[in-house]
Amino acid sequence: MRAPLSWLRDYAPLDAPVERLTHILSELGLVVDGVEEVGGDLGDVVVAKVLDIRPHPDADRIRLVDVDPGDGGPLQIVCGAWNFGVGDLVPLAPVGAVLPGEFKISRRKMRGEVSNGMLCSASELRLPESPGAEEGLLILDAGLAPPGTPITEALGLQRDVVFDLDITPNRPDALCMAGIARDLAAALGEEWSWPDDGGAPRVEPSLGEAPITVEAGDLCPRFTGTVLEGVPDGPSPDWMARRLTLAGMRPINAVVDVSNYVMLDLGQPNHAYDLERLGGAGILVRRGRSGERLVTLDGEERELGPHDCVICDAEGNPVGVGGIMGGASAEIASDTKRVLLECAWFSPTAIARTGNRLGLHSEARTRFERGVDPGVAERAVERFCSLLRTVPGGESLRRGPTVDARDPSLPESPTLRLRPERVNSILGVTLSGEQITGLLRPLGFELTADGDAFDVKVPTWRLEVHREIDLIEEVARMWGYQRIERTVPAGAGRSTGVLTARQRERRRIRQVLTGAGVNEAWTTTFLGPGDLERAGLDPAAVEVQNPLDRSESLLRTSLLPGLLKALRFNLDRQLDDLALFEIGRVFSPPPEGQIVPVEAEHLAVAVLPPAGATGVAAVESAVRSWQWLAAALRLDRTSIEAATVPGLHPARSARLLSDGVALGEIGEVDADVVSAYGLSGRIGWLRLSLDELASAPRRSQQARDVSRYPASDVDLAFVAPDAVPAAALVEAVRSAGGDLLEDLSLFDVYRGPRLGQGRRSLALRVRLRAMDRTLSDAELGAVRQQMIDAAA
Amino acid sequence: MTDIRSEAQSLVEEGRRRLAAAPDLDAFLDTEREVLGKRSALAGLNTRLRDLPPDERREAGAVINAARTELEAEAARLRAEWEVRRRRERLAAERLDLTEIACAPARPPLPWSGRGVGHQHLVTSTRDELEDTFVAMGFTVAEGPEAETDWYNFEALNMPPDHPARGMWDTLYLRLGEPGQVLLRTHTSPVQVRLMEAGELPIYAVMPGRCYRRDTPDARHLPVFHQIEGLVVDEGITFGDMAGIIEAFTTAFFGEGMHSRLRPSFFPFTEPSAEFEVTCPICAGEGCRTCSGSGWIELGGCGMVDPNVFTAVGIDPEVYSGFAFGFGIDRLAQVRASLPDMRALLDNDVRFLTQF
Repeated sequence: MRAPLSWLRDYAPLDAPVERLTHILSELGLVVDGVEEVGGDLGDVVVAKVLDIRPHPDADRIRLVDVDPGDGGPLQIVCGAWNFGVGDLVPLAPVGAVLPGEFKISRRKMRGEVSNGMLCSASELRLPESPGAEEGLLILDAGLAPPGTPITEALGLQRDVVFDLDITPNRPDALCMAGIARDLAAALGEEWSWPDDGGAPRVEPSLGEAPITVEAGDLCPRFTGTVLEGVPDGPSPDWMARRLTLAGMRPINAVVDVSNYVMLDLGQPNHAYDLERLGGAGILVRRGRSGERLVTLDGEERELGPHDCVICDAEGNPVGVGGIMGGASAEIASDTKRVLLECAWFSPTAIARTGNRLGLHSEARTRFERGVDPGVAERAVERFCSLLRTVPGGESLRRGPTVDARDPSLPESPTLRLRPERVNSILGVTLSGEQITGLLRPLGFELTADGDAFDVKVPTWRLEVHREIDLIEEVARMWGYQRIERTVPAGAGRSTGVLTARQRERRRIRQVLTGAGVNEAWTTTFLGPGDLERAGLDPAAVEVQNPLDRSESLLRTSLLPGLLKALRFNLDRQLDDLALFEIGRVFSPPPEGQIVPVEAEHLAVAVLPPAGATGVAAVESAVRSWQWLAAALRLDRTSIEAATVPGLHPARSARLLSDGVALGEIGEVDADVVSAYGLSGRIGWLRLSLDELASAPRRSQQARDVSRYPASDVDLAFVAPDAVPAAALVEAVRSAGGDLLEDLSLFDVYRGPRLGQGRRSLALRVRLRAMDRTLSDAELGAVRQQMIDAAA
Repeated sequence: MTDIRSEAQSLVEEGRRRLAAAPDLDAFLDTEREVLGKRSALAGLNTRLRDLPPDERREAGAVINAARTELEAEAARLRAEWEVRRRRERLAAERLDLTEIACAPARPPLPWSGRGVGHQHLVTSTRDELEDTFVAMGFTVAEGPEAETDWYNFEALNMPPDHPARGMWDTLYLRLGEPGQVLLRTHTSPVQVRLMEAGELPIYAVMPGRCYRRDTPDARHLPVFHQIEGLVVDEGITFGDMAGIIEAFTTAFFGEGMHSRLRPSFFPFTEPSAEFEVTCPICAGEGCRTCSGSGWIELGGCGMVDPNVFTAVGIDPEVYSGFAFGFGIDRLAQVRASLPDMRALLDNDVRFLTQF
């Protein structure tokens, strides 16, 4: 909402510097997105006439222009714009002028040619650019003013300030000048009053009432219609056109401009129909019929339905979508003499529903959807008539009586109970009843004391205030948020701040992996069609109904595609030696009978070793990442079990188990998947389910004694078929070693022709030690034999 | 003509036999060339067409083509089988017993890496820092689902269907349930509803998490982003308490001399509502480009929990009061790190990741 200060001042003096007004607006919740000063600092700029244009002898992009600055000229200017010709009137900033932004014009030489000033564009003068204008100088209307006339005079510019306000949805009353001015005046302690606009022509009953029938009173609880005759057809006066322009609307003609002006001024959207083009010279307001069509003013054909409020002529032909946009058929034209003026009130929910369904936005919709003052229609009619009478040719305007069709569903202002004690306990202030009254009255609330509380009559323009809490907000706003003393909750029953075990574990995982050199990635939740298939995964995934892009139309069921894309992104930038991890949610379709996807939290690690690494480096790093995590998280009874895992190399993948429960997988990404993602090389992969991890058994935190006696290391080598996992052998040896076994590792694996196909030799180093003695050779020999027997 | 027909037929038979007999893929490919290539007997049949009268020529041509098509299909089928077999063999040859690696002495996961220590993502480390600050202030950390029903994301938050305020969030819906029933949460507020529904009062909690909006990504917005919200519900909680907690957080998180201020705003689920700004962390309030010279940056929104929200979750608003606040983690990280374009957060370029 753009609000020119001069317009706001119709209602109150608003006698404060612009900075203060800006500050107050923000403190009132009317957020200031921008403050534009217009018409200021242009005192030195004059109208100049282009006499001649010559090429610059020494440059291609700039030309030499002779202008008449008022003294007949010629005055030479060097100019880089190309959108003008000889005879055009353009703005000239002569030498010595200062343009907005403290831009001082001096005489200067450009490539050897003297420039005695600068010809200006609209933006250099901080003037609104006319839509569709060519880039370059501001071309003034021919004959606007003689050369030498100050530009402010020629354009009728007065210094003004335009506040660009971001009005929140709860403040429909501030979508007009009257409402913004009311808030400002209240905050400044100034008197606010309706401006004197010279008065509307008297009502002439002889003009008659247009027949108005409202069948859909629930959708349109109020409809007023007024017949106007002798409507002028020319442009609106300059002052009005300028205000509309500053407020962001394009002046069109007197009737349209007055209509827009009244909406911006009072917040009442209104519509003028050409009475001659209305069948039956009247209005019928009814529900739409299925399949009914209407071409709206924007030229689009709209299909209507029974939930839509349709304005029809008296013969039932649609002429507008109620409260949103008029139709093309009864649009006023240059020959329009008689007008039917509509000032109505539509149900906000009905407007929202129709507007959403049609995807149709308009200034009227915005206002009706949020709530227009249901009591402002009479005033809007008066204002419309009195303004139209001031338009050239509008002196003979005549007006008929206003027909006012009301439905009982038209909201009335409620009277609310307001307890000062409640105000104070919600806000943490100590305001007296008198103070509260002083804050609310200037906004139009009427307070009547009743015992310890007030009965508050809400003004018709603030109907979104319908509960005590809404009044409390108004008190807070007018008192000033900044004046409320800051406290800290006493909180007798306050809990202690603490992270949950799950949250702590997530952090531990991040620490371990970053400590190991893996970087944390964050990939999007969305996948595109084909992403899962290319990763060798089940393509079933939850679909997004309205994705921004098809490549974001599915919810990920795995972190694999996202991390592969991240690896690819790096590889494409000549970055290799990559190790990334991510912790994030994945989604699977809901089980039968449920509608919400099943969410799981996964950890994934993807490692792409640098070129030149061994063929097993990738998968080794995945296994070792797992080992590091398992050790750091104190996981107990874990095992690795070869398995076929979708997306992974079938002979280099395994499931991770804890007490038989699957926690995740490790392995090497399938070579086909690697190439499908435009990658090359081998990629190590680890995935863990944090949900399963949460309930996995942990090693005891009870301290164990360490032995003070010397250890004995025993090396054992076993030949085992490939089908027997090393872990099985190791476990057998470990349990045979019993309490004496302190440590055990596989220190060598040998494959060779000597052993034959499908077999390998596994060399174990076992460290044996007793808690209470040095082990004798005999004991060592016995344990050694037990271990050998167990492994056989 | 009949000659050609029977000859073609026998060439197909022979071709099938020879293709099937190939002992390995290389031999198969050689055979394929011999029976289907330019110099094959089948190709040779074509040269004999020109000797036939025109009407027979067309028929014979069709016969030869059909034979070729048949044999090609067979070759393709066998070739695919060979490729599967070869892949299986190649994979089998690469078989690794992963437990051999696991039983070996533990070594670091990336023994070769020249990249040094790993780095947490800027967004998660910012989130950790925020969580730590609030935990130190006596808050717990709550989490909830990212895919939600309309009830948790809108309706329980005082936004019934058709409520115009819903337009404040561009929502991504999922093709589940009734249209519009299941969505990706547009804010972490559904977690507030879940916490209050659970009914354990008082509540002093923050809720970080991933949120979604149907926004075209630009330098300051991502359609997938992270938010943290706070919720306090207790007896006697005031607007002054809210302002005090936000101020305490601002100083604890951003450092001494950093302050907050509140300005009226609107959210459907709070009343009174406010926007909160904090001293610009880049210039410490002096005024700079980040804060457009104002010395303040807008961080988020807050407000007293609307009585309708309390009623929706079964808490008596005459007994309990509370406040909520929330802001974007990514946006905060962006401001603090002077990150010109937020989209860099999603690229996962290691040169970027390792800066934080």
